[in-house]
Amino acid sequence: MIRFDRVSKRFPPGLDALSDISFEVAEHEMALVCGHSGAGKSTLLKLIAAVEKPSGGTLSIGGQNLGKLPRSALPFLRRRIGLVFQDQKLLFDRTAFENVMLPLSIVGFPRREAAQRVRAALDKVGLGSREKALPVMLSGGEQQRLAIARAVVNRPSLLLADEPTAHLDTETAADVARIFHEFHQVGVTILIATYATELFPAARRLQLDHGRLLP
Amino acid sequence: MRTWFGHHQDAALLALRRLAAAPVGSLLSLLAIGIALTLPAGGQMLLANALRLAGTTSAVPQISVFMAANAERQAATEIGARLGQTTGVRQLQFIPREETLTRMKAGAGLREVIEALPANPFPDAFVVGVADESPAAMERLAVEFRQWRGVEHVQLDSDWLRRLDALLKLGRTAVMLLAALLGTGLIAISFGIIRMQVLTHRAEIEVSRLLGATDGFIRRPFLYFGVLLGLGGGIVAWLLVSAGTLWLRIPLAELAKLYEITLALQTLGARDSVLLLGCAASLGWLGAFISVRQHLQQY
Repeated sequence: MIRFDRVSKRFPPGLDALSDISFEVAEHEMALVCGHSGAGKSTLLKLIAAVEKPSGGTLSIGGQNLGKLPRSALPFLRRRIGLVFQDQKLLFDRTAFENVMLPLSIVGFPRREAAQRVRAALDKVGLGSREKALPVMLSGGEQQRLAIARAVVNRPSLLLADEPTAHLDTETAADVARIFHEFHQVGVTILIATYATELFPAARRLQLDHGRLLP
Repeated sequence: MRTWFGHHQDAALLALRRLAAAPVGSLLSLLAIGIALTLPAGGQMLLANALRLAGTTSAVPQISVFMAANAERQAATEIGARLGQTTGVRQLQFIPREETLTRMKAGAGLREVIEALPANPFPDAFVVGVADESPAAMERLAVEFRQWRGVEHVQLDSDWLRRLDALLKLGRTAVMLLAALLGTGLIAISFGIIRMQVLTHRAEIEVSRLLGATDGFIRRPFLYFGVLLGLGGGIVAWLLVSAGTLWLRIPLAELAKLYEITLALQTLGARDSVLLLGCAASLGWLGAFISVRQHLQQY
């Protein structure tokens, strides 16, 4: 599903965020990207989501070499990936329902079916009764669950999450982790950048240290 | 096709919501655009009225042929027959000298002067309507008539029409220049407002990109916003011109009456109104397109 072959990422003026990274994540697998702050976890996820371009090496998603992908094809790649950001990136002037509806509007889903999907996604993360709430009216844990609902409403084959349990209390973090496990059980490939490895005991770990992947 | 239509519907509704989200700011923007458009629209309205006035007041261009004052009626009859046979003459009206005298006596302040004269000073005359009303063709005929024995004077009645036509042409050019200038202003206003919109919705643009939105999807609400701005400004301009027309109608009619002209000032016609709204919407779209194209690259 995901294949890194000697991938590196250098930011100007010469800061190596990732160096010579090679690994594979198989379809339906759940893997964790671990490491200290500044190890390169977020950069690695950004490369997969094609937010950043590799400075060297080959990165493939589902057999597609991202380096050779034209700019016009990027939106269609991203529609196959669910993204959960560390800062959630919710739209604060839209309701929970409208936030989750956004990915479906982008792909032009028929309205009625889209509304059903949005409600199902909100139910799945336990926000079925909060669809009319603005994000500012939700707690930190609820906002994180809303971000997860938005990431999965499109039924992506790959789910990327950057520190999804950061800033959450133990109970809420466990709740969020349970949601990821449920998606994994239905066959979604999941890659999570996290410190909280204890929440995902069965997942494979990819340990980063100063931009290098430890064996 | 349904998806495409749905995207456009969503984008238009979103643009409307954004416009309504800041009512005071939107209203002021619409007023600024509307006032800028009022000048060329008002100019066009005045021009259309002037054209209508010229159309109703002017007779068809004619040539007046005057006989010598002492010419016999027989000579006038011969000239009349000759005029009737001339190629290019479409219509012919004979005005006997007696009729002219009666008309002049009826005119204000001239009766006493004319009655004091020992004899009728007016000549027999012909009013000639022509098939080809171009100035060159009329001039050719006038030159020919002047050479005829018994004809004292030939007058082209198209001169003032040519002057009016030149004035109207000048007016039309001025309106076009104003429209071009203020149309560019509208593009600039739309550009600036959309730039602010892009900045305001930066987060939404970034998120949409990450969720797989194409450039077209992101651009669309901003383009609709530009169209709505232009269209709204066009409606404001139309309302201002219409209000101005109503306001000026009575005083202008009274002024025209003093010159014995019937003038009912009319507001922009259907064609001009559609043109105004269409151009305003298109210019709003153009400003938005340039702005979005330039600023979206940053996100």
